[in-house]
Amino acid sequence: MTKMVAATGNEAIANAMRLADPDVCSAYPITPATEIMHYFSGFAANSQVNTEMLLAESEHSAMSACIGAAAAGGRVATATSSQGLALMWELLFIASGMRLPIVMAVCNRALSAPINIGCDHSDSMGARDCGWIQLYSENAQEAHDNMLQAFRIAEHMDVRLPAMVCLDGFITSHSIESMRWLPESAAREFTGRYQQTTPLLDMAQPASYGPLILSDMYMEYRKAHEQIMCQVPQVVQDVADEFRRISGRSYGLFESYRLEDAEVAIVVMSSAAGTTKDVIDQYRDKGIRAGLLKPRLYRPFPYTEIGLALKHVKAVAVLDRSDSFGGSCGPLFLDIAGALSCQTERPVLVNKIFGLGGRDYMPEQARQVLDELLQLTQGAPVTSLKQYIGVREAAC
Amino acid sequence: MLTPLNLKALSQQPELFAPGHRMCTGCGAPIVVRMVMMAAQHPVVVANATGCLEVSTSIAEYTSWKTPWIHSAFENAAATIAGVETMYRSLKKQGKISDDIRFIAFGGDGGTADIGFQSLSGAMERGHDITYICYDNGAYMNTGIQRSSATPFGADTTTCPVGSDNPGKLQQRKDLTRIMAAHDIPYAAQASPSHWQDLMRKVRKALDIRGPKFINIISPCNRGWRTQTNDAIQLSRLAVETCYWPLYEIENGTTTITVTPRAKRPLSDFLKPQGRFKHMFAPENAWMLEAAQKHVDAQWERLQREQMLFVKPGTSE
Repeated sequence: MTKMVAATGNEAIANAMRLADPDVCSAYPITPATEIMHYFSGFAANSQVNTEMLLAESEHSAMSACIGAAAAGGRVATATSSQGLALMWELLFIASGMRLPIVMAVCNRALSAPINIGCDHSDSMGARDCGWIQLYSENAQEAHDNMLQAFRIAEHMDVRLPAMVCLDGFITSHSIESMRWLPESAAREFTGRYQQTTPLLDMAQPASYGPLILSDMYMEYRKAHEQIMCQVPQVVQDVADEFRRISGRSYGLFESYRLEDAEVAIVVMSSAAGTTKDVIDQYRDKGIRAGLLKPRLYRPFPYTEIGLALKHVKAVAVLDRSDSFGGSCGPLFLDIAGALSCQTERPVLVNKIFGLGGRDYMPEQARQVLDELLQLTQGAPVTSLKQYIGVREAAC
Repeated sequence: MLTPLNLKALSQQPELFAPGHRMCTGCGAPIVVRMVMMAAQHPVVVANATGCLEVSTSIAEYTSWKTPWIHSAFENAAATIAGVETMYRSLKKQGKISDDIRFIAFGGDGGTADIGFQSLSGAMERGHDITYICYDNGAYMNTGIQRSSATPFGADTTTCPVGSDNPGKLQQRKDLTRIMAAHDIPYAAQASPSHWQDLMRKVRKALDIRGPKFINIISPCNRGWRTQTNDAIQLSRLAVETCYWPLYEIENGTTTITVTPRAKRPLSDFLKPQGRFKHMFAPENAWMLEAAQKHVDAQWERLQREQMLFVKPGTSE
């Protein structure tokens, strides 16, 4: 029997980590992810896990220690946000290049300057091309479920790559939600145990991790990494299917909401998808065919599948919770545009930048976007490809 | 059983650091590493900071390391080996591993005293059972002889070049051994490949002590020091005999000078053979030689006084 619990996103993540029982956790405090390690350190301090804690002096060292621990041979998890992820950036490539299945929760938070602790996706978007798997969560339930599945995905023999589970800072990390957790035994059985194939601690077969690869072979290593990434979507789906069988909750590479016959659609990730779904329901009640696509697996990005899911829509707004400065569009928009580029039939696309630095995303913003899309379907021209919404125009 | 520290016995012991690496001819670092690895009598896992040693011993598909070895980045050898050691403790506690393993990290002075300093300090404070070994050649030699905080006063480097307005490095070097000892770790020491038995004895002692250990080993670099390829050992001996690089250890807070030179030689004996100090011997730079000598004298005096603090009453020394 699943049980109903009331918990914050951070508590949900920490409990997923408890059930996965990593051999080592190495972390450094940063708002809003800190609380995950508060909970988890409590589990470690009370023998609820077998985990050895390594409380590092920086995120750089926390990730470095995760790399050392994962290479040594065992399950490894951590959590961070914002500046912490930025400080880890150098090591993120090393973790993935060494094929170390570290699982990391990322409570999405804005980057400095100006310093701000509110939610946006600038941190994990900045790390989207570092060879890690990225899963995004709409709410605490999804954060919990994604975290459980992330261990299975990252450690899968066809993958062996690190994975980030992203949840919106404060909005999801600190809000109490009611959710369903699996029975302990079922969750533990699902996460299983992890066996490193070439552990550094195997003294009988000494391995050299992190050698110098010169220009004669470097590109082949990069291509191999790309090929491994291409196998990830299938594993993500297989793990989700297995999870559905024990939990009754369905997950895919992305979620389509009332999209099948939609004329206008919003593409948005994480918590903003929940608000948007409510507004879409209101429009549907008025007889307007509105829909939503919410990417879950953002890296690797399921280009083909998303292209096929969106190609029939007449007008699509992609809502980015981060920006790529300098006249380019937000990263999610660029990926959606890429996914549709090989479709002959495709929607008109616009990009909206929203919710930076913890700015609330309100139903009114979704309505504003849907109304604009409806005008586009009636032949109105696109006046601006990228536009900030929910911003004080007079102030900037 | 311990291999006795004599050449006959050691030469018959299998080595963990293989020949065929691509370190420069006459480099001190592989000599140091070979001595460290020969001293180890337990299974050893090694972490290596980015640098000459790492880049020249792991060019795929070859490796010089006949023992598990990991290189991650420049500034994180201490955090990396800390992670390995933490996993070892976890698996040992869970009964998943039975080997009795020791953990060593190697870094150059740049990767240790500068960019890796925070990582090292953190690992020492957390008390990991690791031995961190710095091979100090006194500059960023791998990237082309740039100054580091361990570069000695007066040295000509590519980023503090001697010119009409600059007489070389103007600052004294950071004394990393003392800083590490200030972490109150169970063992910190300074060694030189010229005194190989002293070096190997220190490594063995460190590996037998539980907790964080640090050993700073001078490692001549003929490219950066502007010297001959056959004088690494001679130069490291002069570093000891001039008291530029005193051999001592601090064990549980007690300082012991392990090799006292019979007669302390003038610092210029160490500086003179090195092209990086050539300008200091010009008449107008006599003040530099004086300043360098004065600093070494003060440091040696301080070290001797520090040792005296721990001499038991009634003993002759």
